Amino acid sequence: MRRNLFPGALVALSLFVPPVAVADEAEIESLRLAIEELRADYDQRISDLERRLAIAEQNAAAADYMAEQAMPAVVGEASNPAAFNPAIGVILQGQAWNYARDPGEYSVQGFPYGGEAGLIGEGVGLAETEIIMNANVDDKFTGWLTAALAIEDGESIVEIEEAWVEATALPAGFGAKFGRFFSGIGYLNSKHSHSWDFADQPLPYQAFLGGQYFDDGLQLRWLAPTDLYMEFGGEAMQGGRYPAAADSRDGIGAYTLFVNIGGDVSANSSWLAGASWLDADAIDRPSGDEDEPLFFTGDSNLAGVQFVWKWAPQGNWKQRNLVVQTEFFQRHEDGTYQLSDTSVAPYDVRQDGWYVQSVYQPIPRWRFGARYDQLSTENPGPLFDGTLLAAPADDPRRFSVMMDWSNSEFSRLRLQYTRDEAGPANDNQWGLQYIYSIGAHGAHTF
Amino acid sequence: MAMKTILALLIGLLPLVARADLDVFACEPEWAALAEEIGGPLVSAYSATTPYQDPHYIQARPSLIAKVRNADLVVCSGAELEIGWLPALLQKANNRDVLPGKTGYLEASRYVLRLGATGGTDRAQGDIHPLGNPHIQTNPHNIAAVAAELTQRMRDLDPDAAETYELGLLDFLERWEPAMQRWEELAVPLAGTRAITHHKSWVYLEDWLGIEEVANLEAVPGIPPTATHLSQLTAQFAEGGADFIIRSPYQDDKASLWLSERIHVPAIVLPLSVGTDDAPDLFAQFDVIIDRLLGALGNE
Repeated sequence: MRRNLFPGALVALSLFVPPVAVADEAEIESLRLAIEELRADYDQRISDLERRLAIAEQNAAAADYMAEQAMPAVVGEASNPAAFNPAIGVILQGQAWNYARDPGEYSVQGFPYGGEAGLIGEGVGLAETEIIMNANVDDKFTGWLTAALAIEDGESIVEIEEAWVEATALPAGFGAKFGRFFSGIGYLNSKHSHSWDFADQPLPYQAFLGGQYFDDGLQLRWLAPTDLYMEFGGEAMQGGRYPAAADSRDGIGAYTLFVNIGGDVSANSSWLAGASWLDADAIDRPSGDEDEPLFFTGDSNLAGVQFVWKWAPQGNWKQRNLVVQTEFFQRHEDGTYQLSDTSVAPYDVRQDGWYVQSVYQPIPRWRFGARYDQLSTENPGPLFDGTLLAAPADDPRRFSVMMDWSNSEFSRLRLQYTRDEAGPANDNQWGLQYIYSIGAHGAHTF
Repeated sequence: MAMKTILALLIGLLPLVARADLDVFACEPEWAALAEEIGGPLVSAYSATTPYQDPHYIQARPSLIAKVRNADLVVCSGAELEIGWLPALLQKANNRDVLPGKTGYLEASRYVLRLGATGGTDRAQGDIHPLGNPHIQTNPHNIAAVAAELTQRMRDLDPDAAETYELGLLDFLERWEPAMQRWEELAVPLAGTRAITHHKSWVYLEDWLGIEEVANLEAVPGIPPTATHLSQLTAQFAEGGADFIIRSPYQDDKASLWLSERIHVPAIVLPLSVGTDDAPDLFAQFDVIIDRLLGALGNE
């Protein structure tokens, strides 16, 4: 600003100088210079203004686009109603599986499956198609919907997997979520199926959580104000889903508590450890054979611990990385099983389940993984001899390997082999899977 | 006695508890460096990434969630550079003061003129950014523009020290502007030179210095260079047409070395961000960039 005072004063001054018949050449030259300097200064200021205008225009155009994406634009920036559309993403998945044994006869002795646990259907077919929508509701709430389109017994069904609202304006590190959501227990439980490293869930999830536990309820989380990541959370759930099966008259059928801690060891390595606990009420909870289910009434407690370690040279994830993860669960069910119309037997049994897996990406786009999972159970007693609840002679176990190729972060093709020693007879299982994501795609958690 | 011991312990712990006025969480090291240039000792800045990491692909690590939880100000390049991880951090961190739309959330690319914005896009074109190229830090004029906005945010968040932040900005610009002039004078021979870059990470540098980008090693942005594409480039540039092959420290060197050997054009690594061994600060970063480009031209 100070720069143009001098030439400005010069021009103003020159108006009051009496005209001289023969102007001094040096004076003309200095006037010309002064005018040029003025012009350059104004050019600079105009181009500055033009630049600012261009940035403003660019950001206004961006606002429309941003509103369609996972991170909405600043509220009040655009007046276009379409700018408030939620981010929409679709996950397309398909699988082809081959079993040496009849998958229709599959069951795991000692662990009647409930919920959505079980083998993936044989042959070629669509897996779950997910439609995901999310957006900020206003400045204090954000909303999320995951609708899963699946084919069950030849019919297309729509299932609401997640429909939750989260309060984003709570102070002091608190967060609250309500609606339907994947419980925060365990490590894998809250992961969407498209981000799993294997096509199916490990045995403890199948046996103890019906594949993956989600329910209607309320979740509270608190993050400690420390450099070490420390998250404490708890949930109160309706209890409408395996392993819970609550009486609809009673409001809350399941409680959970979980704690997660984590940090970095170096630029290369990070870790996350956690413990969780689920207490579920069950009243006439069906499991096992769909046509002739076993009904459990009682208390189901599940305690779990987990550890995840991720490594990448210099933390440059894209080039090369390695993940090792393990979870251990112990379940205690205390109650009664209805074995037939007339016979009810007391059941008080502790069961363990664990898995360990590792996935290595040696070069961009290619990953290789191996997983071992196993279950073990106490014998529930002679009353259960001959039923699916009796303890098996050998602990159910599986060993799986997988290889996948991801052309971009939106596509993945996977080949998986599982040696299954959990079912009624040892089986070799081969699977092919594709996972494609179109539209907006949210960020993945650790 | 016990009381005294506890008191002594507490007093001993005091320096550990005393914190800077502003905790800044930067997605990229250049913004952490800039915040420190302006705020000096009033600022404690942490960068989520290092210059050896591709900022497109970062894990939403627990340590980063803890840092965002305690941050007063989150500064990121934006334009979707961090879309794969920053939203997960913000969602998990339960910090209402650093959410998009708040004073504590600054997207640097909103305050500069972005290049290569396409509006809508088709992912068949690869990992491109509809909001424009997010690697804005390679033009020092952009750094100056972001410095002004960053100072404004710091003043708003910590009004008691407003004057200190303003003086910090003035002090920085008094050193930055002559440095820019010096770089521009040094870089005169670079105008009109032709670059092959690994990824479209250098468009702002090229725009600033008048370098022409003639090809990328990646056939499709974000997808590693393919053999077919590299042999096409070999044929295309066998008779000249390029002056250097540029890659960033986190990019695999195989493709650029392979091509360099065949078309006899120097392959160079330029610091895309602050904090490499040779570029510990913002000034050194541009010194190294200009020096290395001139070196490759043979005009050192």
